[in-house]
Amino acid sequence: MALVDSLTSALERIPGGGIILTSMDALADWSRGQSLWAMPMGTACCAMELIAASFSKFDFDRLGTFPRPDPRHTDVMIIAGTITKKMQPAVRRLYDQMAEPKYVIAMGNCAVSGGIFYYDTYSVVRGADAFMPVDVYISGCPPRPEALQDGVLQLRELIRTRSLTDAPTYERDLTQPGLDAARAGSTDAETLIGDVPERPASGAGESL
Amino acid sequence: MTARSGESSLEYLQRKLCSVYPDLCPLFSIEFADGVLMVPRSVLHKAAEDLKEIGFERFGFVTAVDHGDDFELVYRLQSGTFGVGLFLKTEVPRCEAVMESLTDLWPAAGWQEREVYDMFGIEFRDHPDLRRILLPEDWVGYPLRKDYKDDSVIPRPDYI
Ligand code: SF4
Repeated sequence: MALVDSLTSALERIPGGGIILTSMDALADWSRGQSLWAMPMGTACCAMELIAASFSKFDFDRLGTFPRPDPRHTDVMIIAGTITKKMQPAVRRLYDQMAEPKYVIAMGNCAVSGGIFYYDTYSVVRGADAFMPVDVYISGCPPRPEALQDGVLQLRELIRTRSLTDAPTYERDLTQPGLDAARAGSTDAETLIGDVPERPASGAGESL
Repeated sequence: MTARSGESSLEYLQRKLCSVYPDLCPLFSIEFADGVLMVPRSVLHKAAEDLKEIGFERFGFVTAVDHGDDFELVYRLQSGTFGVGLFLKTEVPRCEAVMESLTDLWPAAGWQEREVYDMFGIEFRDHPDLRRILLPEDWVGYPLRKDYKDDSVIPRPDYI
């Protein structure tokens, strides 16, 4: 990323560079969006729909998305299922191992907000965004495979509206600031998300 | 000793139990077409040993029920010889939630007893590796006890 970053800022300064930058932007966003390899973070029942989405009937591959078992190969983490407090450090760790640029889809009510486990539960984290940034939320219990595929299309749209120059890169440490706070029952987003920077606001947010 | 004609597997088991271990006989009852052996805590290990002797070679599971002042421990044993299962039950006082481990008879009891320890805080004496199995190691409290309190739990509002 560093090379691309310095190249783009150099291009911005030379006359006519903006045109090249815009086309480069479009090319980069297009290529990123066409091959969003997924990290299947199947933690509960929603994983069944995630699996169904990748097999022949729904054929995720036609969108250029297919599951890879290694976080270092992947661009988007699909969190499909309930995140328990015991699983939370593992989810966060795998997310930290993914290479930039990376995106997160929270699939199903559990990954969005805790879902049916929101009340009266001692063991469940209320939503993935309690400890990591999430780009696309898909509601449903579970969402149908089509909904997940629509989520990927929405993510493409989100990528398309971001410029190369403001594509987020994160400086992250491997400690998990949100974990202790979440265990202690804090619902304060500031403490839970810790020092993960906010995603830059983009136009796609409204259309999602 | 074999089953008589017209005798159900449970009745056969009851007859066998009464003839081989007469002291267990009054503790045995048939409830909802299932055999239940309710024993005092002090003799549970001995009773389990006897049951294994007469043909309960498989350990099903162990779980617990919180009745307030005491816990009820429920063991499920399976027998190929009789073709039936059996509930072996005992009561453990809350103030002294300790039980002898059955891992020496059935190694399969190991993880099951860890789960009961994890959820109810019942300690199993002589267990080779008694630590939490489902919850994180640093968890405080035993969530399936009725009096468990946890600040992160949001109580369900009445209108739902
Ligand atoms: S949202 Fe529903 S289907 Fe998905 S993991 Fe939660 S309970 Fe299971």
